[in-house]
Amino acid sequence: MADGLRENGNDRNRSAEEAALSARLKRLGKRLDQKSLSRPDEASPRSSTDASALARGFRLSTELVAGVLVGAFIGWALDRWLGISPWGMIVFLLLGFSAGVVNVMRAAGVSGGPGSAK
Amino acid sequence: MADPISQFQIKNLVTLGQIGGHEIAITNSTLFMGLTVAGIAALLIGGSARRAVVPGRLQSIVELSYEFVANTVQSTAGSAGMKFFPLVFSLFMFILFANMIGIIPNTFTVTSHLIVTFAMAMLVFLTVVGYGFYKHGLGFLRLFVPGGVPLYILPLIVVIEVLSFLSRPISHSVRLFANILAGHITLKVLASFVPMVAGIGVVGWFGAVAPLSLVVAITALEVLVAFLQAYVFAILTCIYLNDAIHPGH
Repeated sequence: MADGLRENGNDRNRSAEEAALSARLKRLGKRLDQKSLSRPDEASPRSSTDASALARGFRLSTELVAGVLVGAFIGWALDRWLGISPWGMIVFLLLGFSAGVVNVMRAAGVSGGPGSAK
Repeated sequence: MADPISQFQIKNLVTLGQIGGHEIAITNSTLFMGLTVAGIAALLIGGSARRAVVPGRLQSIVELSYEFVANTVQSTAGSAGMKFFPLVFSLFMFILFANMIGIIPNTFTVTSHLIVTFAMAMLVFLTVVGYGFYKHGLGFLRLFVPGGVPLYILPLIVVIEVLSFLSRPISHSVRLFANILAGHITLKVLASFVPMVAGIGVVGWFGAVAPLSLVVAITALEVLVAFLQAYVFAILTCIYLNDAIHPGH
């Protein structure tokens, strides 16, 4: 192709040159297409996993904290109501913690939904 | 430094009167809730007014948002969940618009108050409990009894399941609230660094570029978080509704 460009031309040479140019144009176009196609493909999964990873992280942490909070609240309320302090708090804080862990496992997809045998 | 918390203060705009010693007033929160609803109504009514076969810009936004939420409901709660589509769509659009309006400087963010998000989470929770008992009666309680568990640890498991169920509205609401609150405080603190650093002198003018660019970047992140949290709230609503529609599996 470079030789074709350098040579000064008779007709045959010029048409060969044009053909080579158009072939090159086509190739370049194809490569451009591939690039513009592959770029969003490359970028979108990464950004979407980043975003969903962020959401997942927040979700998992709040699930655990919520379980503990509910357990603590129920324990505290039972203590006040029945006057069995500190046993309600101890038992329900532990149960709440396990509920939080169950929540996290479910949110992470390790275990199935409530009531499932998995 | 500007107080990063003052942006969340509720201010009375118009005091309407008192009921039982409690002041009833139109606050800035009320105003922005109204603006949120007005914005959604304007978008949806404006977008669906022409009903063109080839949708225009506004109409495609409306159609896209409908299809997006409809697909979410279909994929997580099944076609039986579609009867809750209005609820999920309203929640999604409300949170999305409230979050997006909140990103505009000098506006109030409705979802940065725990009571607002908790009210929405309780709405979902009570819908799940009410519909579950209405549809399945006491069979809804099978939700708390997992299959294939030995009898001697079953009481423990049931208590843990109940606690896990009760913790749902808390994690549901705290997640949205905490994300929005943290994002807005971060923005405010970083933005207040800009005039502080710029006040030093000529060196400060160049130094202030760093926090300023950070503010711009975090604002972009906040747009992402605003959408993501609305989506997460909607998808969790669908997951919880799915339990009400099909308990015990």
